[in-house]
Amino acid sequence: MLATVDAPRAGEQNLPPLAPQPTSELRLVHRLQDGDEAAFVEVVERYGAPMLRLARSYVSSRAVAEEVVQDAFLGVLTGIDRFEGRSSLKTWLFRILTNCAKTRGVREARSAPFSALGDPDGPTVDPDRFLDASHRSAGHWATPPRRFDAVPEERLLAGETRELVAKTIAALPPTQRAVIVLRDVEGWDAPGVCDLLGLSEANQRVLLHRARARVRGDLEVYLSAA
Amino acid sequence: MYPDLDCRALVETVTDYLEGTMPARERARFEGHLLTCLGFGCANYVEQMRLTIRVTGALRGDSLPSGLREGLLVAFRGSQKP
Repeated sequence: MLATVDAPRAGEQNLPPLAPQPTSELRLVHRLQDGDEAAFVEVVERYGAPMLRLARSYVSSRAVAEEVVQDAFLGVLTGIDRFEGRSSLKTWLFRILTNCAKTRGVREARSAPFSALGDPDGPTVDPDRFLDASHRSAGHWATPPRRFDAVPEERLLAGETRELVAKTIAALPPTQRAVIVLRDVEGWDAPGVCDLLGLSEANQRVLLHRARARVRGDLEVYLSAA
Repeated sequence: MYPDLDCRALVETVTDYLEGTMPARERARFEGHLLTCLGFGCANYVEQMRLTIRVTGALRGDSLPSGLREGLLVAFRGSQKP
């Protein structure tokens, strides 16, 4: 049964403290548990699109990603009665999502190889951009990057530019993809991403670094074309 | 004693810098390099990274396909039958 919002429950001293929950979120959970359709719609509206974007980073196609989101919401419907607010609703939803996505991703792993992307430990900027050892200033830029803010704002945020970024992200190795989607698209903080994906802070940062560097590289090529 | 921080090395530390996880001394050295880097190549690189993050954030606008939204509602109604 549901506890009231304010009263601490007896006998729970050894359990982790309840995550701070905005009242509106608790109310939403209660309404979901009561089978309120409007509450379900609200959750779908609030979290459906981010869940789909994350699902896309685990599976090979948009269609399969939509199935993953379907699976996840079925899991939500069967599991909501057991949701006790020990994590935020958002964290709980995304954990179900990643579990469904991983199951599906493993199932289709053999049929859908993603493109190999060179040395996973190598430099993130083409070594030819820097002066080589024969030069007095070896290691400095041979062709320095130019500022992006010389590019008009409309072009920077145009649909075509966003499409290029989406395409680059879609071609990243899966964990890099999940990290950049959560951090830079959805705006999660580093600890939240580490927790959800089971990564160390350092590992999360390396994955983010490689993912961002690749997007930057593709943007640079695209934006420097006239 | 710091080893020379050249541009090739700096670009690999840019995420540590932007994430704020760089120790103070490293950070000072990083920022010092940005100011003195010939042609401001590294300052421009950092600026490109910041704008890359902004453009990536613009993907957030994409909404849920209506077919999926309807499918989820159907699933919800199915789950509520006694």
